[in-house]
Amino acid sequence: MTTETKLTTETKPGLTPSQTIGPFFAYALTPRAYGGSELATEQVAAEGVAGERIRIEGTVFDGDGVPVGDAMIETWQADPQGRFHAAGNAGFTGFGRAETNTEGGFFFETVKPGALQGADGTQQAPHLSVSVFARGVLVRLATRIYFSDEPGNASDPILALVPAGRRDTLIAQRGADGVFRFDIRLQGEGETVFFEA
Amino acid sequence: MSLIYPRESLKAHPLNASPEYKSTLKRAPAQPLILLPHTLSETTGPVFGHVAVNETDTDLTRQHAGEPLGERIIVTGRVLDEDGRPVPHTLVEIWQANAAGRYVHVRDQHPAPLDPNFTGAGRALTDAQGRYRFVTVKPGAYPWRNHHNAWRPAHIHFSLFGPSFLSRVITQMYFPGDPLFRYDPIFQSITDENARNRLVSRFDIETTEPEWALAYQFDIVLRGRNATPLEEPHDH
Ligand SMILES: [Fe+3]
Repeated sequence: MTTETKLTTETKPGLTPSQTIGPFFAYALTPRAYGGSELATEQVAAEGVAGERIRIEGTVFDGDGVPVGDAMIETWQADPQGRFHAAGNAGFTGFGRAETNTEGGFFFETVKPGALQGADGTQQAPHLSVSVFARGVLVRLATRIYFSDEPGNASDPILALVPAGRRDTLIAQRGADGVFRFDIRLQGEGETVFFEA
Repeated sequence: MSLIYPRESLKAHPLNASPEYKSTLKRAPAQPLILLPHTLSETTGPVFGHVAVNETDTDLTRQHAGEPLGERIIVTGRVLDEDGRPVPHTLVEIWQANAAGRYVHVRDQHPAPLDPNFTGAGRALTDAQGRYRFVTVKPGAYPWRNHHNAWRPAHIHFSLFGPSFLSRVITQMYFPGDPLFRYDPIFQSITDENARNRLVSRFDIETTEPEWALAYQFDIVLRGRNATPLEEPHDH
């Protein structure tokens, strides 16, 4: 017991606290307009990557419904077989990064991830893990994007943790044009579900 | 190596609802966060150990034809996990204002001069011991209209990934002894004083280079502990 106490209070270095990304990150993190080299973009899967190609579009809104034009969205996902870091998956890292435009809009083009294992042998429906950074956001907001055309949503163990009335905020709706719509509401009516990850 | 991510550690972070920082008022979620079990989606994450980092990515004073104005500094440190082990070959992205407190960003309206020889964006990979090193100039403080006569203390923005989605963090490095700390609601949003002070770099005389540059040291601790902690070495 004393060993454990010692580990946590003395030996263990403290976590570095988070701070806001601020309004002026673009020239470093999403520097296309500045001619800088991009670490990752909204094109998560290159042409030729096997799988169902999908486009996700959305807008980030604040508590007054005002578009958030200085946010950065990052996505992380499995490949269509439900694998992370699969060898030989050329053109696919599973990681996307986009800044919102002045109207708060963003999009990602990727391949739909496969289902994957949850805890205790459950199966998770296809989803993307999402991080939202913005001026006025001190700690990364974590959420998920599920897909409206996936029957597995009904038995997804993470969606099951979310009050039924709020689950829709995590489900991208497929429109008649095939594009998935996923808006992010930081606060207020229809507030997106965010997780303590 | 398998890692665990204790939630206890998250107490070091500020609350998103930090009303003194006005931009949080309409952007902090009002609903409680939902506890997310750590599945494969969370315990994996992008790795950038392969990203090509060239000399001008780590030396922000050599990205243009001439030398930037300002006080040349070397910023070094280690990236560690919560057990104090180095996080090797992990990507560190930084960005900052120039010596006059002006960002290259198109929407920065602060009437301080841009420096044609300074962009203020850098990238480094940590080495096998988790060390990184940048050369840059000390950023200036800048005004930001949060409250009457609000000025941000000089800072460098840092972005890190670490081993998984759970270790992802964006933060800011400050400089020791800044008189603006007590007035800055972004710095003060971290309510734990020890945690707050971990964002203040240490003046590092050992790393200074005579006739050339001052130096600051800034270690970064990311989420993640060994799943099976080693027994502490005991002296009894
Ligand atoms: Fe800043």
